[in-house]
Amino acid sequence: MKYVIIGNSAAAVGAIEGIRALDKDGDIMVISNEGHHTYSRPLISYLLQGKTDRERMKYRTDSFYEDFNCRTLFGKTVIKLDKDKKAALLDDGEKIPYDKLLVATGSSPFVPPMEGLDTVSKRFSFMSLDDADSLEKALYPEARVLIVGAGLIGLKCAEGILARVGKITVIDLAPRILSSILDDEGAKIVQTHIEKQGIDFRLGVSAKSFSANKAELTSGETLEFDILVTAVGVRPNVGLVKDAGGEVDRGILVDENMQTTIPDVFAAGDCVVSCDLSCGLKRILAILPNAYIGGFNAGTAMSGGTPKPQKAMPMNAIGFFGLHIITAGSYEGEAFEMQDKENYKKLFYADDALKGFILIGDVDKAGIYTSLVREKTPLSGIDFASVCKEPSLIAFGRSFRDEKLGGKSYEN
Amino acid sequence: MKRVYVNEQWCLGCHLCEYNCAFANTGKKDMASALMNIKIRPNIRVEDDGKVCFAVSCRHCDEPFCVTNCITGALTKVGGVITIDRNKCVGCYTCVLSCPYGCVTPTEQGVMQKCELCTTNGGTPKCVLGCPNNAIVFEER
Repeated sequence: MKYVIIGNSAAAVGAIEGIRALDKDGDIMVISNEGHHTYSRPLISYLLQGKTDRERMKYRTDSFYEDFNCRTLFGKTVIKLDKDKKAALLDDGEKIPYDKLLVATGSSPFVPPMEGLDTVSKRFSFMSLDDADSLEKALYPEARVLIVGAGLIGLKCAEGILARVGKITVIDLAPRILSSILDDEGAKIVQTHIEKQGIDFRLGVSAKSFSANKAELTSGETLEFDILVTAVGVRPNVGLVKDAGGEVDRGILVDENMQTTIPDVFAAGDCVVSCDLSCGLKRILAILPNAYIGGFNAGTAMSGGTPKPQKAMPMNAIGFFGLHIITAGSYEGEAFEMQDKENYKKLFYADDALKGFILIGDVDKAGIYTSLVREKTPLSGIDFASVCKEPSLIAFGRSFRDEKLGGKSYEN
Repeated sequence: MKRVYVNEQWCLGCHLCEYNCAFANTGKKDMASALMNIKIRPNIRVEDDGKVCFAVSCRHCDEPFCVTNCITGALTKVGGVITIDRNKCVGCYTCVLSCPYGCVTPTEQGVMQKCELCTTNGGTPKCVLGCPNNAIVFEER
């Protein structure tokens, strides 16, 4: 069996581990347009911050490809899929035949058309290790940095470089920061915390135009900067599948086996549409855990197995300057809210189930909430009032604990 | 595979398991001096609401969400035991988000720690060795 994997990040690694759990001998070829050993993309801000380094940010050990008996083709780009001849065509003309193919091409930074953007000489995205390297070379202690986008990527970038530049201003079209994961109250707490570190925000505005080192905002204000980082959003890399005739919506469409509508072509990670179990909607869940598990499931299916249901949903753990944030699920239904200075909690519930939550500050045992959402645990069967105040296993009752902690089986 | 199992009916709520765990992981010889005036950060924690009490530590799950979700590759499961490479961990808390039992917690340095079944502390988990009432046991079930 010839397996070909396009991509070398979390979904690709998941697929390799999934395939090898069932097929020890099949030929696995990993093709990546990046020249690096598999590394964790979310760690690029920690790299610039000095909290990790190139060795430690490797997502798997140095011997990973050898241990899992994979061949690699790095620094090569797949430009076309030939679904009839079952081959991937490389930019250098080589054709790589496959029996089962995984498209784990991830997503790319989306830079909306903005007037005069091409007049900015020091302009960066912040998605890949190469992006981080390019940005790092441009940093200097007096630099004024303008970051467009107050989402996860823009703000982690800000945290990562703050100590190495003179000034950071972050602008966003949304009226609040981290608008994809926080509500207004939560966003305010985190914004205040980040502002205390010396980062400025302009919210509810966008850049109307750029001219060399000046940005004119929709508010009329003009901001001067030395370095520009665009972190507005990402777009799934769907081109290979789309061009080969596979069905694509906002991302690549896959079934429960992670198979696209093209036979023997699978896809996983940031490039696919997932089913969000917390609300039932189809959406892109561009988060690392989803990529790994989707990739693992694809690998299982590619090697003839039946994957477990994925139970995908949004979930994020992120922190800024020591303030931790954990969120998961969907923010719909009734809400339970608690706030004490920087500690903020909001739980969303409907139809006898926890749908989602936001925790800021005190995030201890957050996974108990995540588990309630993922397993759709009926809230009528637990002491929900106590679990609202504090996540605990006491709220679950004795038989749950005898099974989970005492190892007793209730299968019969 | 031997695991730490809970006999809830025997738990006295004495919290000795927490102290023995914290002590074992200091690597020091004397408990009193090792734990004097510090806030202990044990990898086993007693839940106690005044009526019910029991100790909770890593289940070393068959489907370990902490491992599959870890963004750095610091958490791995080898030979049935989930361990963390603190040198790789950056303290992103994705494991805290993921663990259904609340069993991954931060160290004082801000990276993560968890129960590794005392595999590097001589074998049998110290929480179990010090439990006065068999409320936690290390056995196959």
